[in-house]
Amino acid sequence: MIPSPFDYVRVQSVDEAVAALTEHGEDAKLLAGGHSLLPIMKLRLAVPTVLIDIGGIRDLSYVRVEGDEVAIGAGTRHHELEGDAVAAAEVPILPYVAGQVGDPQVRHRGTLGGTVAHSDPASDLPTALLALGGTVVVQGPDGRREIPITEFWLGFFETALQADELIVEVRVPRTGSAGWAYEKFTRRANDWPIVAVAAVEGRVALANMAGSVVRATATEEALARGASIEEAAALADQDTSPGADMHADQEYRRHLARLLTRRALERASGGAAATAA
Amino acid sequence: MQVSITVNGQPRTDEVEPRLLLAHYLREVRGLTATNIGCDTTSCGACTVVVDGLTVKSCTVLAVQTDGGQVTTLEGLAGPDGELHPVQRAFREEHGLQCGFCTPGMVMAAIGVLADNPDPSDREVREGLEGNLCRCTGYHNIVRAVQAAAKAGPAAGQVPQAQEVQA
Amino acid sequence: MSILGTRVVRTEDPLFLTRGATYTDDLTDERLTGALHATFVRSTVAHGRLLSVDASAALEAPGVVAVVTAQDVADLAPIPPPFPFINPAMTRPWLASDRVRFVGDPVAVVLTEERYQGEDAAEMVAVDIDPLPAVVGTAAAASDEVLLFPEAGTNVMASFGDPAPADFFDGCEVVVTQAMVNQRVAPVPLEGRAAAAAWSEDGRVTVWCTNQGAQQARGQFGDWLEMDPDLIHLITPDVGGGFGAKIGADPEYAFVAWLAKHVGRPVRWAESRSENLIGMLHGRGQDQVVTVGGRRDGTIEAYSIVFDQDCGSYPRIGAVLPTLTMLMAPGVYGFPKVHAQARALATTTTSIGAYRGAGRPEATAALERAVDLFAAEIGTDPADVRRKNLLPAFSEPHTTPTGATYDTGDYTVALDKALEAAGYAELRAEQARRRERGDVRQLGIGMSVYVEITGADNGAGTGEAASLEVHPDGTATVLTGTSPHGQGHATAWAMIASDQLGIPIEKISVVHGDTDRVPQGGGTMGSRSLQQGGAAVHQAAGELVDLARQRAAEKLEVAPEDLVVDLGLAGLAVRGTPGTGITFAELAADEQLLVQTRFTAAAPTFPFGAHVVVVEVDVESGKAEVTRLIAVDDAGTILNPLLAEGQRHGGYAQGVAQALLEEVLYDEDGNPTTSTLADYPFVSATELPSFELVEMATPTPMNALGAKGIGEAGTIGATPAVQNAVIDAVAHLGVRHIDMPTTPMRVFRAVQQARGGS
Repeated sequence: MIPSPFDYVRVQSVDEAVAALTEHGEDAKLLAGGHSLLPIMKLRLAVPTVLIDIGGIRDLSYVRVEGDEVAIGAGTRHHELEGDAVAAAEVPILPYVAGQVGDPQVRHRGTLGGTVAHSDPASDLPTALLALGGTVVVQGPDGRREIPITEFWLGFFETALQADELIVEVRVPRTGSAGWAYEKFTRRANDWPIVAVAAVEGRVALANMAGSVVRATATEEALARGASIEEAAALADQDTSPGADMHADQEYRRHLARLLTRRALERASGGAAATAA
Repeated sequence: MQVSITVNGQPRTDEVEPRLLLAHYLREVRGLTATNIGCDTTSCGACTVVVDGLTVKSCTVLAVQTDGGQVTTLEGLAGPDGELHPVQRAFREEHGLQCGFCTPGMVMAAIGVLADNPDPSDREVREGLEGNLCRCTGYHNIVRAVQAAAKAGPAAGQVPQAQEVQA
Repeated sequence: MSILGTRVVRTEDPLFLTRGATYTDDLTDERLTGALHATFVRSTVAHGRLLSVDASAALEAPGVVAVVTAQDVADLAPIPPPFPFINPAMTRPWLASDRVRFVGDPVAVVLTEERYQGEDAAEMVAVDIDPLPAVVGTAAAASDEVLLFPEAGTNVMASFGDPAPADFFDGCEVVVTQAMVNQRVAPVPLEGRAAAAAWSEDGRVTVWCTNQGAQQARGQFGDWLEMDPDLIHLITPDVGGGFGAKIGADPEYAFVAWLAKHVGRPVRWAESRSENLIGMLHGRGQDQVVTVGGRRDGTIEAYSIVFDQDCGSYPRIGAVLPTLTMLMAPGVYGFPKVHAQARALATTTTSIGAYRGAGRPEATAALERAVDLFAAEIGTDPADVRRKNLLPAFSEPHTTPTGATYDTGDYTVALDKALEAAGYAELRAEQARRRERGDVRQLGIGMSVYVEITGADNGAGTGEAASLEVHPDGTATVLTGTSPHGQGHATAWAMIASDQLGIPIEKISVVHGDTDRVPQGGGTMGSRSLQQGGAAVHQAAGELVDLARQRAAEKLEVAPEDLVVDLGLAGLAVRGTPGTGITFAELAADEQLLVQTRFTAAAPTFPFGAHVVVVEVDVESGKAEVTRLIAVDDAGTILNPLLAEGQRHGGYAQGVAQALLEEVLYDEDGNPTTSTLADYPFVSATELPSFELVEMATPTPMNALGAKGIGEAGTIGATPAVQNAVIDAVAHLGVRHIDMPTTPMRVFRAVQQARGGS
């Protein structure tokens, strides 16, 4: 299977990318690693008429400490993040979760900006980012703006990004040695998670429990008021709206969200967590 | 549009449609048919090749994205005198292939596994090959082959350096 | 020392590993120069009246040479059912004309200059379908409320057997019954379907296609296209896996040949995986009810299996699979009474064909589950119940209540070997400790003992052909009617010839899959190849030696009986007089040294074995992980252990896959929901352990090699062992049965229900 025909524009800088987006408007799609976009174009579920290739903008690939935050370039590929020493020291959940995305070949191509922009509710890295908190830095014709991560994902394949903007950076707080965990439940290792849970410093985010990745707010509130892990985890599926598919119906997904949240919180707190699924 | 891609040490410039997938470029433009296409969804890994030192699934990369790049396919692994790459040799000795369809991608992915981890455990090989499907072998002998190849040392995790440009 | 029985690495591999094999879509044959690309337009509706097909927009698209619809093929008769016992009204049109019967039913074909143009143009063909209710599942089919073929008057393709007598279980102290599903799965050879065709001026057509038996396919082409088969040159190039789904011609293959004639140009076609998952035959698909009755001491007295086979929309091999399931219903046991009955039913889904084991895995899965259910009911270790009921060892043929005649078997030894290798007692002790502690990860131990039928066409009189020729340059050529697609016949058949002639295997080429060079053959399927094709090569080598001996005797002026094969010489030497011989090559230089022969075995063979599987089940999530698989597979004398082990490994993986993961699903409207490899959970390396193989070899008297089939054993044995293990892991919580695939959700639900709700 092959994509429908399209025009191809290669850009060398963020400014060129914004100019191209402004010129081509809604018909254009950005192409970085292409591992979210090309598969759906091959199935003709996406039919953009212009692809703007930002894969050549190499100064978008970095991980560096800036004050209390870690700044990660949007063009950073998953395998780069997976092996990054700064990330491992400052925000260790991210390299771990980067290593959980797809398979090695996918990680060699996929980028952080791409997965953030794609807004798949079952995505690994957005789940971890949502648990971390922080900001998405985007650039458009009017310059840069920062969007809190908690306000970035609006729904299934839907974000706060405007059509003429691109993501240039993601900033997350340095968590250092604080406890964290990522519990991903799949039938096969390289599947998308049926449900996944990221936990960092009392914040909990869920994959595949709604139209986008979501925070387990009731769990977080319970933890904040001193509830036990077991009590807090039992609230993990509150205010979620999981879908049903061949792997899991809604009720089972809710069960998994509670179970994985308990395990993630136990692991993050250094307790004797049950073995990962 | 024009692309210049070096495949197995051979540079060439071709006029291609932007939507041409790298896998089809290799098979139909360059005539290198070892690289097979086994799915539409980046699932099976049969089309795995090495681009600029990293394994990729060539069905999910556009040829135009590889402009200026170096590609190594199965055909580019053996030495000039026909000497097999350590991974090729190990696949034969351990019976790591049956019908052969997944094999080119599996061999390239195995090289990638060994590039990351020169002495992988059974479990590490399996996780490293999670993006490559095989219907014939049950993976048992593929895992053995990768571990056997590891004994050959660092060469098992490398593809041949780009050859001199042929006159 | 004989080369037979040794671990010879494959002669085909250097090419496969350096240049890649040449599959149908890789062909650059000059006869295909200028070939058009065919793209099928397929129904996206499961069942409906086809109102119109409008190709006008597609005809304007770049590169489109023709769009073919049903009216273009009106002169070609539809494809009749493949077996005489099937309702004759259930014919298959080449392209749908008035009705579509599954998502994937071909409606039109677009022919384009370039491959990429075909996909664009196919999207522009406007197909108008008035939907009818879908028929999904055997219950809906059996109700006959909606008929796929109204003119047939029923959805029943065929019926087999009679109901059990009313008193069948009378006198049994314990009777256990269970409905179970042997779910539909997709074979998914990594190479999907592909074909190419070119006509020559003399009226012959050359067809290349990826298939398990060129000769059988050619015969079907001839019948379907109403052609003399001699005018068809069918070639199967390297084939990227088959697993039964490439047995027989697919209508699309023959249609590519028809299209090439229709447009007067060569045509080629290669399907995408998405097309493959709806267009290629599926496997399994039985809804079974098993009942087992016996005494509390563990003796089973009566066993019954009644089942419906989902055949999909158009009858293919699936319609005959129930007979194999019924034949093998008694399995390894000596139950006094065995009953089997089945129906084959049409549904608005992809047709069912053969898939690795084809009818036998379904029999074994039902039986081995039934034995476990019985053991659980009487509270006895399942190994003990098996031992109590297994047929005693036999070396003379044993005929079962369903009429199968097993050649040789020793099932108790197979089971004991597997249990011993597994460390059964310690496994049960570890299981008990985990149960006692209430661990999250519980241990499950499952087993199966199986017997299967291989070379089922043995005794039907066809046998298998082989020819062997030694050339003056010292090389040799084997022509075989078997058709390897991963099994390694090029190596194995060369070993057989080399063993008798002394010609090194590197100098022996094996030719197959070309009907001009090998006009007769049965192909590779049903684990028949070694015991028929290999045995034919063995016979040919013996005959060649006899022929060479006569000629050498004349030439050397000695008595034939004084000449013996000198393997070092690759020729014949005078007994007791070293250095006085003549090579086969020298004899071939004088006169062509060629034999053509046919080997026909008297009857099928019945390989058997026992599998023990260990799983860990996370009882909180329901996820099961296979941690060990220990297998005894007795396939008679082993020719090349490396190849035999490869066959076993692949079978185990497919068995684990069915038990744990894989299932083809349709929604209630008949839409497939597993039509890409992103959705169909094809087993990967991460769900499998490395396997523990235990050797056992009981030769069969049915052929000189002593060989039985090995291709399907792994699947047949592993599937129920895994399923039994998963259920065993949660049996202490009150779970009796979980259908395949034993998905986390299913296991979790079973535990929840057994515990009396959440």
